[in-house]
This record gives sequence, C-alpha cells and structure tokens, in this order.
Amino acid sequence: MAGTGTTSGRVAPGADGGTAPLTGGWQAVTAHWLAKYRRVWFGTAITSFLSPLLYLAGMGYGLGMLVDRGAGGIDGVPYVVFVAPGVLAATTLQVAAGETTFSVMGSIKWDRTYHGMLATPLGVRDVVTGHLAYVLVRLTMAAVVFFGVAAALGTVRSWWGLLAVPVAVLGGLAFASCCYAYSASLTNDRGLALMFRFVVMPMTLFSGTFFPIEQLPGWLQPVAWLTPLWHAVDASRTLVLGTADPGGVLLHVGYLALWAAGGYLAAVRVLHRRMVV
Amino acid sequence: MIRARGLVKAFDDFTAVDGIDVEVRPGEAFGFLGPNGAGKSSTMRMIGCVSPPTAGELTVLGMDPRTDGPRIRAGLGVVPQRDSLDEELTVEENIWVYGRYFGLPRRLVRERAAELLEFAQLTDRARSVVEPLSGGMKRRLTIARALVNSPRILLLDEPTTGLDPQARHVLWDRLFRLKREGVTLVLTTHYMDEAEQLCDRLVVMDHGRIVAEGSPSALIAQHSTREVLELRFDTADHAAHLGGVEGVADRVEVLPDRLLLYTPDGEAAQSELHRRGLEPLSALVRRSTLEDVFLHLTGRTLVD
Amino acid sequence: MAAPDQGRVAAAGRLARAVPIPAGAGMARMLVERNYRSFRRTWVIIASGFFEPVFFLFAMGVGIGSLVGDVETEGRLVPYVVFVAPALLAASAMNGAVFDSTTNVFFKLKYAKLYDSVLATPLGPRDVALGEIAWALLRGLVYSAAFLAVAALAGAVTSPLALLAVPAATLIGWAFASIGMAATTYMRTWADFDYVQLAILPMFLFSATFFPLETYPAALQGVVQATPLFHGVAMVRDLMLGQVGPDLLVHVAYLVVLGLVGTAWTARRIERLLLR
Repeated sequence: MAGTGTTSGRVAPGADGGTAPLTGGWQAVTAHWLAKYRRVWFGTAITSFLSPLLYLAGMGYGLGMLVDRGAGGIDGVPYVVFVAPGVLAATTLQVAAGETTFSVMGSIKWDRTYHGMLATPLGVRDVVTGHLAYVLVRLTMAAVVFFGVAAALGTVRSWWGLLAVPVAVLGGLAFASCCYAYSASLTNDRGLALMFRFVVMPMTLFSGTFFPIEQLPGWLQPVAWLTPLWHAVDASRTLVLGTADPGGVLLHVGYLALWAAGGYLAAVRVLHRRMVV
Repeated sequence: MIRARGLVKAFDDFTAVDGIDVEVRPGEAFGFLGPNGAGKSSTMRMIGCVSPPTAGELTVLGMDPRTDGPRIRAGLGVVPQRDSLDEELTVEENIWVYGRYFGLPRRLVRERAAELLEFAQLTDRARSVVEPLSGGMKRRLTIARALVNSPRILLLDEPTTGLDPQARHVLWDRLFRLKREGVTLVLTTHYMDEAEQLCDRLVVMDHGRIVAEGSPSALIAQHSTREVLELRFDTADHAAHLGGVEGVADRVEVLPDRLLLYTPDGEAAQSELHRRGLEPLSALVRRSTLEDVFLHLTGRTLVD
Repeated sequence: MAAPDQGRVAAAGRLARAVPIPAGAGMARMLVERNYRSFRRTWVIIASGFFEPVFFLFAMGVGIGSLVGDVETEGRLVPYVVFVAPALLAASAMNGAVFDSTTNVFFKLKYAKLYDSVLATPLGPRDVALGEIAWALLRGLVYSAAFLAVAALAGAVTSPLALLAVPAATLIGWAFASIGMAATTYMRTWADFDYVQLAILPMFLFSATFFPLETYPAALQGVVQATPLFHGVAMVRDLMLGQVGPDLLVHVAYLVVLGLVGTAWTARRIERLLLR
C-alpha cells in the first residue's frame, strides 16, 4: 500500500528536493478504507461470508430437496449445484451495494471524509478509484471464501469454475461503480433505502439466481437480460458446470466491463459536481 | 419554587453534586455559574426529574421528583444543553408534537405554537424542516418548544453556548421578556457575562459544591475589588514580574498570558507602576466581573 | 398551564407508584402521534416495505413453485405457493418489526436524542417503550393486510380463517419488535447490527419457512421448533390453510410471553439508560 515505499507521496513537497510526487494517489484512499474495515471486519464477516453460506444451505439443500423431488433438479443437475453460482454472484452484488451506498453518502454528508481527502492534493478521481479499489478487495474476499466452501461441498463441476470468481467479482464491480454514482448524487438517504428495495432485492431474486429466468413471464425476461447480475450469474454458472462456450462468456464479461467503465466515469463526474463547487 | 437541602448526585465512580443547598423563589432568574464539570447539568437534570437524587432533599413546585416526576415535569419547560429537536419534523410540528406530550388538546397546541413562533421570530420558517436552521434559530425553537405547556419554571442548560455574539443577544432579549412575564428562569452557564446579564441571583459551583451565593453585584463587592488592572509582558512566564508589582494592589493573580492586579483604583495603580519604571506590553483597567470572583474563589478561570 | 391533563397525570403518577414497572404517564399514544407525523414525510420508504414480501411471493410462487410442484404439509398436499405464502407473511412481520425497532430506535436513541426531550415532559420510559412498539405494530398491521390481499390474488389463500392471519402477524411483530428494541438498547455502534442479522437470517431461512419441518434431519427438528419464528410461521400457516388445532394455543402463548418479556425489558432499559 501507499506510504511505505520510497516513492510515497506522504512526504512534504520539497523535503527531498521536490522529486517526490505530491500525492499518495488513489492507493492512499484505498488504505483509508481498508484501515476502517479492519476495525469492523468481524461484524461484517457475518453478513458477507456467513449469510451466503446460510442461503446456500437453506436454498440449495433445503429447498433443493423439494425441487429435486418435484422437477428432478434443474437442467439435469441437482438444485444446489444450480444455485451455488447464483448465490456467488448475488453475494458480490450485496457486498457491492453495501460498500457504495451509506459509506459514500456519509463521506460526502455526515462525517465528511471526502472533504478531508480533497483538502489534500488528492483529486476526485483518486477518491473514486481508491474507494472502488477497496470494494474490489472486499468483493474478491467474499467471492473467494464462498467459492472455496461451495467447491468443498462438491457443487463445482469443472476446473473452468475457478474463473467464476473473477467473473462474479467483475459483476459486483459493475454494479458498485454505478451504485457509487447514484449514491454520490443523492442529498438524503431515502433514495438509498428505495434502491435496496427496488433494485438490489428484485435483482437478487429475478436474475436467474434461484431459478432460471425462463420461469419468468415472457415480458420480464428481457429485463433480466439487462441486469448485470444475470450476466454474472449466467457466466459463472456455465463456467462452474463446465458448459461454458468462450464466446458466450466473453460477451457476458464485455457487457459487465461496459457497466463498470460507464459507472466509473459517471461516478467521477457526479462526485466532481458534488464536491468541487 | 425549588428547594434543595444537602442534595447529592453520585455516579459509580464520581460525585457530580456534593451536598448543595439551593432556594429558588418565584419569578426570579436564578443561575448556576461554574466551569464545565462543576455539577451544574447534573443539578439541572435532578430538578428536571430525569435523574434521581442520590441523597438529600429536593422539592420542585412543592413536590418530590422521586414520586411525582410526571406531575412536576408537566409544570416545567426544559431547554437541554444540546438541542434535541425532532429533525424529522418541521418547525411548527416540533411545537405541536411536544405540546401533545403534555396531553394538551390539539387546538390549543396549534394556537400556542403560532404565538410561540412569533415570540421566537420563526414564523416565516414554520413549515421548514429543522435541519437547515442556524444554531441561533434552533436554540430559539428549543426554547419556544419548552414554553408550549406555559411552564412555571423554565430550565435552561447553557442556553447560549456555541452561539455567535449576535444570536446570544437575540436570545437574551427573549429571556428578558419571559422574566418580565413572570416565568421563573433557572439557568446554568459558564459565561460570566451571561450570568451578569440574566441572573437576579446565582450560586457559583465548583467540584460539585457551592462556593458562593448572591446577586452578581453583591458577589463582586464581596469577593473582588472594584477595579482590575490587567498587565501583559513580553515574557514566557508572567510570574517573573510578581516582584515588580509587589505592594501596588490588594491582590495579584498570575495567568499564563497576563497578570491581574486587584485594586479599588486601577488608574492609581497604573501610574505607580509607571513611576517604578515597569514597561508592560499592554495595561488595561476594567471593572471587576464574576470571572474575577470565580478566579478568587477557586484559583481557576471559568472558560479554559 | 397543563391544566386539562393535570388530573390524568396525577392518576398516572399514582399508578406508577403502585405498579413495579417503569414509570409512564399513560400517554404512549402521543409518541405514536409523533411517529405518524414524521411518517407523513417518509411514507414512500415505509410503503415500499410492502413490496419486499410481494417480490418474494412472486419469486417463490412463479419461479420456484412450478419446479417444486405440490408440497405435503399437515397431511395435505398443497401447491408450493400456498405453502410458502403464510411463511412469507410471518417472516416479513418479523423482518419489519425488527428493522423498525432496531435501526429506527437506535437512531432516535443515539443520534436524534429524541427520547431525551420526550422524557423532559410528563411521558415516562414506559410510554416510550409502549409508544414505539405500538407504532411498529400499526405499521406491521397495514403491511400484513396488504400482503394478505396480494396472496389472495395469487391464489394462496384457501380459507376464510386467513383473515385472522393479520392479527396473528401483528402478534409476531409485537414479539420481535419488543425483543429487538430491548436488544437495541445494548448496541454501541451501527456495526453491532450485523449481529442482529446473525439472529434473523437463520430464522428466516430455517423456520419451516421455505420447506416443511419434515425435510429437516431429525436432530435439527427440535432446534427449529424452539425458534420464535417457527411458531409464528406455524400459526399463520394453520390459519391460512384453515387447519386450526390446539397447537395454535402453544404458538400464541409462546409469542405473547416473548412480547411481554420484551416490552417490560425495553422499558426497564430505557429507564436505565436515560434516567440516571
């Protein structure tokens, strides 16, 4: 992390003849969020590691018993195998939403962390990049832990399944950057509650996570195709099952990358408008 | 109105109020003056019936807070140290809802809210939410809210702490009006100017005890000289100049940034110093204040 | 002067001395009134809470239902949506009550300092506890009724007894709101709310909500039956399926005891925290 090497930006300008960069860069912002996270990680471990596993157990094995009895599994695999990659992608969505809503609004409005950061040589772009880099770390941790357990339970059918981890992380990042832009544009937290209810929750339920979107009424299926979560779920699922075709996965990944990039640009713009007046 | 004998408030690890005797009479403005941590707020909370006394005797409006809390509170108006306005409601709703906590009929509460908003100079903000109001406005709203039940006693804990000078004066003006209308005011403050402005009578508190009692002018007459000469020298340690000023004043106090010379005649003391050839950076003659009383009684300043 | 209510306040004072529970002035409804005022500004969010169980019902009924087919419960085969709808009603009563009584109350207690100003009036800690819990119940009542209507439209209601599911859900709300609020008085930071999730989520998933009790391994069935939500789900399911038996009394009694304990505990804790 920043601040340890000789190229650190923490040195006062001129202290070494003015050759040091003036800023700690986005890494310094990431370090800030990681330091904060270190103090609460235990509590959040429950929501980010334990709850997906509870969902896997409850849905995959419990409900799975009913589904396997009623329909003989889904697409020829037991329900738990079907649902595990769904929960993987849904978990990254939850972590992404959790890390780019209240903390963004709070940094602008409540504890004004961003004001402090922007009073240093750091720029808006550093603040956004650093925050999202921290989210990336969180997403990776959550995905790796869940994937490890899911694999140990025998729900991963192919070595290609390992690629489901970066795909799910990208899915989370795609949502995180857009969600960041949205949170930064709000002036009060009502919009956040509504977003959880009308975006995160329905997306979690209806993006092919717990059942194939073919079960949805015809008019809803194209909506599901638009959501980043469906692309993350579908790509992860084909990878885990070993049925992936490279073209399909690349298409999904490209779509998610588009969301991530678009969200990032929007986030920088919105935060700039908000903070630099 | 309020009577305390040997009143004590002890928490697990310290004693906030250590046996005080107080008597507040109807219609007067009574003050508790003292630095932070002197036990003023704890005393106010006991009077407000939200903190049971540990020992001693306390009657408020003729009743015992231990058993008649709700009945006493029905006759009190409380302005806490930190504004606890309901930020989810508008300005007028804050008064309405608060009035309903006293069981007042809705119609009455609305009428009174209109009057109180006028009194607090907030009529044009009636429908605004509370959050964007300035500190002074919030404070006035808190006071207006505390008056909704037409209390017999208004308790004000540090009413102007954190306000800018202009807002303080507006607030003092409102409190004067209340006093003229016969409301008994009980307030705490660590500002001596506020105590001098508002209080008919006050007690000086320090470390949970009362160290002096009386009207502001009586306290000054009793515990200080008429005038004070303040001297600043170009030095790190003002105590070094003690020898030079010896015998010039009745009493000398050393502060980190100046010397205070207590004397009936400041001008005379100043010319005496000049005669001795002492050259301070600045010399100022002023009247004694409650600050000097406090300094004399406790050896410490009020605001640190 | 507060003359009109001097009498009532006096009577409440006598009551407070006679009864060994925290003091109140019998005016909890004033706090309900306050919450109603604030609600008028934020109703969109609160109203949106109604959609959560509806989304779940849709997902379970439409998405999962056709995969599962019929489920056996209480010796009867019913479509999955009929099986799961009562559970969603009970679970959302729990979720709503817990959310209301934890985060909302924590905010008012720690940040807004609402109760500090309330307690400067004749209202006492018991009024605060009862007022907040009553408010949570009112909201729960409206949610439950609305959800039941949607469930009926989805064909998940098979008996007129289902109407009783609304008061039943309110009972669930009371039990959880009171316990939740008591727990809230111990919380120090927002991070502590993750522990609430730790208690709620397993119950949500494993109280015979999404699959019948018989599906669990024998060893776990006892654990499941001990949880409060299990009783809530079983109670609502009995009513919505119209299969009422003596079991119902056990479920009701369990939740009533929980509610009473939680309410008294909450009032006591508020007194401890704010009147010291």
